Amino acid sequence: MENRPLEYDYTVAKLFMFMTIVLGVVGMLIGVILAFELAFPGLNTMLGSGVAEYTSFGRLRPLHTDSIIFGFVLSGIFTSWYYIGQRVLKVSMSESKFLMFIGKLHFGLYAVGVVAIVASLLLGYTTSKEYAEFEWPIDIVVVLIWVLFGISIFGLIGIRREKSLYISIWYFIANFLGVAMLYVFNNMEIPTYFASGGHGDILHSVSMYAGTNDAMVQWWYGHNAVAFVLTVPIIAIMYYFLPKESGQAIYSYKLSLLSFWGLMFVYLWAGGHHLIYSTVPDWVQSMGSVFSVVLILPSWGSAINMLLTMKGEWQQVAASPLIKFMILASTFYMFSTLEGPIQAIKSVNAIAHFTDWIVGHVHDGALGWVGFVVIAAIYHMAPRVFKREIYSKSLMSTQFWIQTLGIVLYFTSMWIAGITQGMMWRAHDEFGNLAYSFIDTVTVLHPYYAIRGVGGLLYLVGFLMFAYNIYKTMSARPVEEYELQNASPMGA
Amino acid sequence: MFHWLEKHPFFFAVGVFLVIAFAGLITVLPNFAQSSRPLIGAAPYSTLELAGRHLYIKNSCNACHSQLIRPFKSETDRYGHYSLSGEYAYDRPFLWGSKRTGPDLMRVGNYRTTDWHENHMKAPADVVPGSIMPAYTWMFTKLADIDTAYAEQVTVANIFSVPYNKPVPMRDGSTKIVKMGSSVEDANAMALAEAKVIAADMKDQDVKDAIAAGKIPEIVALIAYMNSLK
Repeated sequence: MENRPLEYDYTVAKLFMFMTIVLGVVGMLIGVILAFELAFPGLNTMLGSGVAEYTSFGRLRPLHTDSIIFGFVLSGIFTSWYYIGQRVLKVSMSESKFLMFIGKLHFGLYAVGVVAIVASLLLGYTTSKEYAEFEWPIDIVVVLIWVLFGISIFGLIGIRREKSLYISIWYFIANFLGVAMLYVFNNMEIPTYFASGGHGDILHSVSMYAGTNDAMVQWWYGHNAVAFVLTVPIIAIMYYFLPKESGQAIYSYKLSLLSFWGLMFVYLWAGGHHLIYSTVPDWVQSMGSVFSVVLILPSWGSAINMLLTMKGEWQQVAASPLIKFMILASTFYMFSTLEGPIQAIKSVNAIAHFTDWIVGHVHDGALGWVGFVVIAAIYHMAPRVFKREIYSKSLMSTQFWIQTLGIVLYFTSMWIAGITQGMMWRAHDEFGNLAYSFIDTVTVLHPYYAIRGVGGLLYLVGFLMFAYNIYKTMSARPVEEYELQNASPMGA
Repeated sequence: MFHWLEKHPFFFAVGVFLVIAFAGLITVLPNFAQSSRPLIGAAPYSTLELAGRHLYIKNSCNACHSQLIRPFKSETDRYGHYSLSGEYAYDRPFLWGSKRTGPDLMRVGNYRTTDWHENHMKAPADVVPGSIMPAYTWMFTKLADIDTAYAEQVTVANIFSVPYNKPVPMRDGSTKIVKMGSSVEDANAMALAEAKVIAADMKDQDVKDAIAAGKIPEIVALIAYMNSLK
């Protein structure tokens, strides 16, 4: 065999990279619109009352959550898979025509799914289940997309040269299996058109579970969709790019082993914390609460492992904006995996549930941890995929600070809003009557909603700078003859 | 063992699957049958109410309104008796929500009227000053989808034995029969009869004209659903 490095094929990775950026802009833009609709309700009819149906908060909200989770983040995961997979398994996509075809088909079907989802959600086709809003035909497309992803993972593993699976591959396998199991069971539904002998809307379906059981299955899914889309594969990405970018080996193999199997075992039990003080059995609620606290251990295990990887090399945090993104992401991972368990304690949950504090918590993780990891991953991949230097390091640094400021404004305002509202709902006066009518607890939130909107807007502005930076990178004249080994080359 | 697993992807995947799969079984299955049982007094939705429920879902009302009253004094004072599992037995899907930007609606039928909803859905801030809820003006002109509601009734009656056209026990010892049409035409006629009763309490001329012409605007179905939440 010739003694030269493998030429990896990034065709599919590139396609998903464009998708990540486009859907990131779309999802975040809708998020900013929603935030300002809450602060200034007049915006619900911003395009005129004739089309108010399609611009009102309720219609846009699932579009925001789904385009971020299954659009921006999932595309980022696929991009990383089609980049990392080849490299840690020491096999190129170009070696297998079959896997190349599967990869392209995967992207093609995914693009079809995106269009179908955007159109159907805007038209109001939703099952109402959070992060599982898609109606049955789209569910079938989603399953097919997922099967193709699985073929790609196990196909590449099947023809690998490196026999031992790197940590990132463990997490990708878990990502595939976890989502497959959760998605199928939560979306068990019966199309009413066929079951009723051809009446009504062909797209409509009815859930196989009712009431309390439906809630149980939904939050078993909803909580673990967070686990297996917004945590597990993001750790996979981090475990690859942090050592690559910093030139440091992962701090501890044993710690990654403990955190991986710990996370797999504990996460699935914690769904019950979404249902505290509801009508699900008390033992399920208690178990959800306890396991949420236990979940701190594997979560912090991964986060500490990432941070200690920088041991002795902390000057890189000051020198490289890319390392800044990764270290802040790990820190936010620690932060939100401590915040979550606190909110899962029953007495805290009594105040926090149904309030904006929960929204704040989700965004700590989504903006600080997930968003930053995906952005950092693309910044690392772009010079290698396009064989060009990153266009501007100073733009990257400015983006980092603008987005960080955005996150801080977001979570501080949502903390105050959530706790204020939770406390006002339960306040009684000296005669034992409720101290506030509901509307009092809404109007008081106006300033925090406005600040949150500004925070989200800053994050979006930073993301547009990122999109511009990547665009300028890929359209520049190629300069790199060879692939770089460690830190990304920085222009300017 | 772990080193061995890392070289054998198949067994690794099986291991991961076993570790993640059994938690779901243990939390969901043991109380499944018990949690499916309806409470005495719970009844399935009529065709018009179900069409209204579909509109509630279509516009993601559940993104801002919960339907779950927790067992705290502050909640029972504000919304009524705390929620019981059996009350949800006919809710497919459940609509508990996860965020209360607006108040809980689990028992809104107890303290709001058709007239109130009509004014509120048209211009929320006129009824509740300071409200940040959007207006739902298009619901006064677009028509409700009764056929799909009927299709769902047929489906749940056949597959999940939801007791349509059968007596269900009420809390005072009496029984109630929720009727389901024998055909789409029958279902539409029954829904229209129900809609007429609601529209009689409404002022909007477009709605009245539509009802007179045998059509059911979305708002009428939605209010039917709201009034059924008790």
